Amino acid sequence: MADVLSLDPLVVGVILAMTVVTVVAKVGGIWLVRHVEVSERLQAGLDVLPGAIVIAVLGPELAAGGPAEWGATALVLAVMWRTESIILALVTGVVAVVSLRGLF
Amino acid sequence: MARNFDSDDPSAQASESSNGGNSDATAASDDNPTDSSTTATTPVPDGESVTFGWDGLRAGFLACLPVAVGVGGYGVAFGVLANQAGLSLAEAALMSMTVFAGASQIIAVELWADPLPIAAIVATTFAVNVRYALMGAALQSWFRHLSPGKIYSSLVLMADENWALSMQELASGSRRGSFLLGSGVALWLCWVASTVLGVLAGESVGDPAQYGVDFILAAVFVALAVELWDGRSTLVPWLVALATSVLAANVLSGQWYIPLGGFAAAVVEVVRHDG
Repeated sequence: MADVLSLDPLVVGVILAMTVVTVVAKVGGIWLVRHVEVSERLQAGLDVLPGAIVIAVLGPELAAGGPAEWGATALVLAVMWRTESIILALVTGVVAVVSLRGLF
Repeated sequence: MARNFDSDDPSAQASESSNGGNSDATAASDDNPTDSSTTATTPVPDGESVTFGWDGLRAGFLACLPVAVGVGGYGVAFGVLANQAGLSLAEAALMSMTVFAGASQIIAVELWADPLPIAAIVATTFAVNVRYALMGAALQSWFRHLSPGKIYSSLVLMADENWALSMQELASGSRRGSFLLGSGVALWLCWVASTVLGVLAGESVGDPAQYGVDFILAAVFVALAVELWDGRSTLVPWLVALATSVLAANVLSGQWYIPLGGFAAAVVEVVRHDG
């Protein structure tokens, strides 16, 4: 069990390098925005970012999915649209995708 | 550092029409009277009233717990993969504690080999995580009046899931700026704990897909899209993001399609804004 706690210096170095580039990615965007003059036009562009990124995550994922994922997505969409309850929408999605995967 | 927050700040206009926060009227009359639909902003452009207290921290933590437990399924998977790749328990746990970015960690341990392909691992990690730059920037309209310490500590604990939940929280009109940090703490605890569990469980874990856990992230994003839909002005940038991301996902490796989709939509919106 001794090797459970072993920390190879090279491995730790790689992990720290991964940490550095990840932190740069996580804080870099807002750092840039906060230190560069933001014009009204740029603000308009930034304002569409959240929705656009959500769509950019979803698009290829759904394109790669099948009928089970598409059906579950439609159900999540419907439940969220009607109830605006994220918990209800999530539970619906997971139950739906498991059931539909059993069918297809 | 806080020097130039106020000079460029559109919230001065937004606070004139304080409740509901639609600054279109004032913004459009200045320089763009012909096309006010393109100046539609996110529902809460007024970052001034965003708070950062225990209330939001607690709310974020509790709201994210169910999602965090689901993410734990991936954490277990990561632990198993890390174990198979030859990382020790301490090394896998250290990676989850410090890197804290699931997809990039799973891809990294898949690249793991002897000798370690260090450059490839670090470069891939950055490519997978560069989307966080745009996700973080997207929070600026709410976070602009918070102190750098609060913003950056929140962002270090930002992951897809709690970013999505926080966007939903803030887009629906909440002013609780510490929601991201609170939800991040919940995710971080579950991520580290489930990593340890996964390493210990070794190879005896089944496929997380059979419990539908893999669909949780997609479901969170669908719910978020409903929340962020802002009428017809949203349609063009979203179609641009959709087309760009699907195309890019087919052509490029990694997760470049996410920043590219967001970037393309933002560029189109900046161009449209001019008229």
